[in-house]
Amino acid sequence: MDLMSLKDISPDQVIFWQWGWASINATILFTWVIMILMTVGSWLVTRRLSSGPEVPRWQNLLEVVVSGMRRQIEEISQEESGTYLYFVGTLFLLIFVSNILTLVPGYVAPTASLSTTAALAICVFAAVPVYGILTRGLGGYLKQYVRPTPFMLPFNIIGELSRTLAMAVRLFGNIMSGMKIAAILLAITPFIFPVVLHAFGLLTGTIQAYIFAVLAMVYIASATRAQKGKETEENSEKPEKGEKQ
Amino acid sequence: MDSVSLIGMASILAAGLTMGIGAIGPALGEGRAVAQGLSAIAQQPDETNNITRTLFVGLAMIESTAIYCFVISMILIFANPFWDHVIQAGG
Repeated sequence: MDLMSLKDISPDQVIFWQWGWASINATILFTWVIMILMTVGSWLVTRRLSSGPEVPRWQNLLEVVVSGMRRQIEEISQEESGTYLYFVGTLFLLIFVSNILTLVPGYVAPTASLSTTAALAICVFAAVPVYGILTRGLGGYLKQYVRPTPFMLPFNIIGELSRTLAMAVRLFGNIMSGMKIAAILLAITPFIFPVVLHAFGLLTGTIQAYIFAVLAMVYIASATRAQKGKETEENSEKPEKGEKQ
Repeated sequence: MDSVSLIGMASILAAGLTMGIGAIGPALGEGRAVAQGLSAIAQQPDETNNITRTLFVGLAMIESTAIYCFVISMILIFANPFWDHVIQAGG
């Protein structure tokens, strides 16, 4: 909290090191800190894996995390988690760790910067057609844009763009508002109230990480599933006709 | 009144109005959503997991309109582009 004054609304404005056009600001620094922390942490844990009756406690933690994410993905998408886990799970873990680490003094969450959240939202924006085309083919994917009628084409495209913007601004606004309110209360009523709001900020951060991942999964599932939904409808209609005959 | 104080007054007033009016709609919407969710859980306790997940995602979507208002009011107060422009032009 000391790193950013009350007037800065983005950690992009805190610059540690600058050389010509290249600069290292708080967003880049703390994103790399999180990436190193998570990579080295998982490497240390997975170095000695065991499948015996006695499982090391950190391996147990990672197993719970991965299997929990896999179960959630299967519940939402109603199909095998497969390759979704790598993308959606990475998004969730990155946002979750970056929000939870606000407990550490002197740390500024990189998700409180619009550039980070916009980058994550653009990743989702790009992943939706990739997954859609991989499962349904180019024609099948493009056909969903003219789904009810061709008149809906511009609205479908606008919807695609606006939900990307909404994802970026939602995460940024939630995390930034938590930081700002804690900083403002620290100036007005120190000691008790900032602690309560900080705890509330941790809850908000966890929920926002979950929601970002769920929304990414829902968007990807809606691009891949429409075809299958049609097939199951046809399948379920056939026995009914058979019964009538 | 010179333009610096005019812009300052307008942006602070607009920030307050943005937050005040913009919080009404999401507050009503979230209240309705939570009330409906709770009564759904009371009727079907077995479906608690499913309902809670959908409720949280829905709440986040509703809340985002309030978050837009908050971002706009923060920009008006802390990062007002017109403010910087007028101060630069005035010297």
